[in-house]
Amino acid sequence: MSADALKIRMETRDLDFFYGTKKALDKVSVACYENRVTAIIGPSGCGKSTFIRTLNRMNDVIAGTRVEGSILLDGKDVRSPDVDVVDLRRRVGMVFQKPNPFPKSIFDNIAYGLRINGMRDKKTLEAVVEKSLQGAALWDEVKDRLDENAFSLSGGQQQRLCIARALAVEPEVILFDEPCSAIDPIATAKIEDLIETLKKSYTVVIVTHNMQQAARVSDYTAFMMLGELVEFGVTERIFTNPANKLTEDYITGRFG
Amino acid sequence: MKGSTKKKVIQFFGFFLLRGCLFLVLAILLLFLYDIGSKGGGAISWEFLSKAPRRGMTEGGIYPAIIGTFLVTMITAVLAIPLGMCAAIYLNEYAKQTRLTRMIRLSIRNLSGVPSIVYGLFGVILFVNILRFGTSILSAGLTLGLMTLPWTITASEEALKTIPNSYREGALALGATKWQSIRTNVLPYAVPGMLTGTVLGLARAAGETAPIMFTGAAFFLPILPRSLGDQFMALPYHLYIMATQHHAIVQVRPLAYGTALVLIALVLGMNMTAVIIRYRLRRKQR
Repeated sequence: MSADALKIRMETRDLDFFYGTKKALDKVSVACYENRVTAIIGPSGCGKSTFIRTLNRMNDVIAGTRVEGSILLDGKDVRSPDVDVVDLRRRVGMVFQKPNPFPKSIFDNIAYGLRINGMRDKKTLEAVVEKSLQGAALWDEVKDRLDENAFSLSGGQQQRLCIARALAVEPEVILFDEPCSAIDPIATAKIEDLIETLKKSYTVVIVTHNMQQAARVSDYTAFMMLGELVEFGVTERIFTNPANKLTEDYITGRFG
Repeated sequence: MKGSTKKKVIQFFGFFLLRGCLFLVLAILLLFLYDIGSKGGGAISWEFLSKAPRRGMTEGGIYPAIIGTFLVTMITAVLAIPLGMCAAIYLNEYAKQTRLTRMIRLSIRNLSGVPSIVYGLFGVILFVNILRFGTSILSAGLTLGLMTLPWTITASEEALKTIPNSYREGALALGATKWQSIRTNVLPYAVPGMLTGTVLGLARAAGETAPIMFTGAAFFLPILPRSLGDQFMALPYHLYIMATQHHAIVQVRPLAYGTALVLIALVLGMNMTAVIIRYRLRRKQR
């Protein structure tokens, strides 16, 4: 599998990020290929969550933050003045660390993204809700209880609901910010299977503190430490033959 | 073994002390309610609630005062609820958390501690004199509204703070604008709390004397106000007069207690309404 043949969907070039005066990312350049899963790994506090949140500009909402360098979606900088951040976030969906269903019915959770864009047609909404729930492998479990509050679902189901909710607005890229850190191993396995399926239609970026997970689900891996990108490459190569001593120490469990 | 016995003894006395404090507070409250209830209960009758005072307020009822308090509280609500909620939404959701907004927030907290008589005098200057609303139910309602605003803003802001950030971020991540995320994913869950705090503030305003005595409340007025420019009778002011300003002290005393009882019932009723609103809205969301 040669990297050159693949299309780069999203990439960062020399990305710096500051919380106030504290530098959280230092010249991070990562490419995310179309229909591939890119994993970001590294010890706690290395900036991996900060990194993934710059991709859909979620960090914009935190006061006192600053970005330098470029973040490109299909070659266009997502911070250029003619890019609408609302449109960017629809194209680049996000699943958070803790499942965050809204206190609404399962149906209304999935339909939320469409409704805020003005979709009112009941038939269309029903079709999209079914398709999204099927896409997130949740349909069979909830098809008879779409009116129930989303809080009645288990943690793993809630996370798949959040994935379905993200799918409903038909994004091109899906960002997962440690999606399995708050759920049990069986639910985790389901989500990993799901990511495997999702990459057929989407570009996937996943932050994880679980190296086995990165090895299982990703095609490319970026290893970060202290805000810097230490190594980036094909997952298999990173895990079998890391070029950098730090990467080797981390994946063999010598620290982290 | 010895150490654990000692810890248990300390715990026993600690809880005993805390429970004692609670019972003391309850006892004072019950004594207070019993005193007013027993002395005012006899005055309550259909005539007392439905007729105007007669014979220099030594006989008759307090109907104009009940309606006056109700109307002035409505005016207060019209000013304080929308303005307070909107200010809170801006402060909590939109304003950058700078030194200036911290100063503003602190000032609002301080305003809620300003004595009500100061609001009353301020209302005389602003509404009665400068804006020429005269001594009227409008001036009194607006003065009470100003006094209630800090409470409304603070309560609404606290209610907004209880909404997890993940609701806001989740909506934004789906391509919602900031306003959409607030309108559809924050306000519906914050409004019960906002209303509760607001109604509690209104109940407090309904019982105030000082802000209305110079701005619109009448000493004696056997008719109801017909426009915003009219004066009105109000329960707290009526009570104040009966208790301290009336010459026939012994004759009006039962009437004063009756008025106090009605005022307490009114305030309690408003607080109950707040509880019911919150309960209903919360249950609807489940």
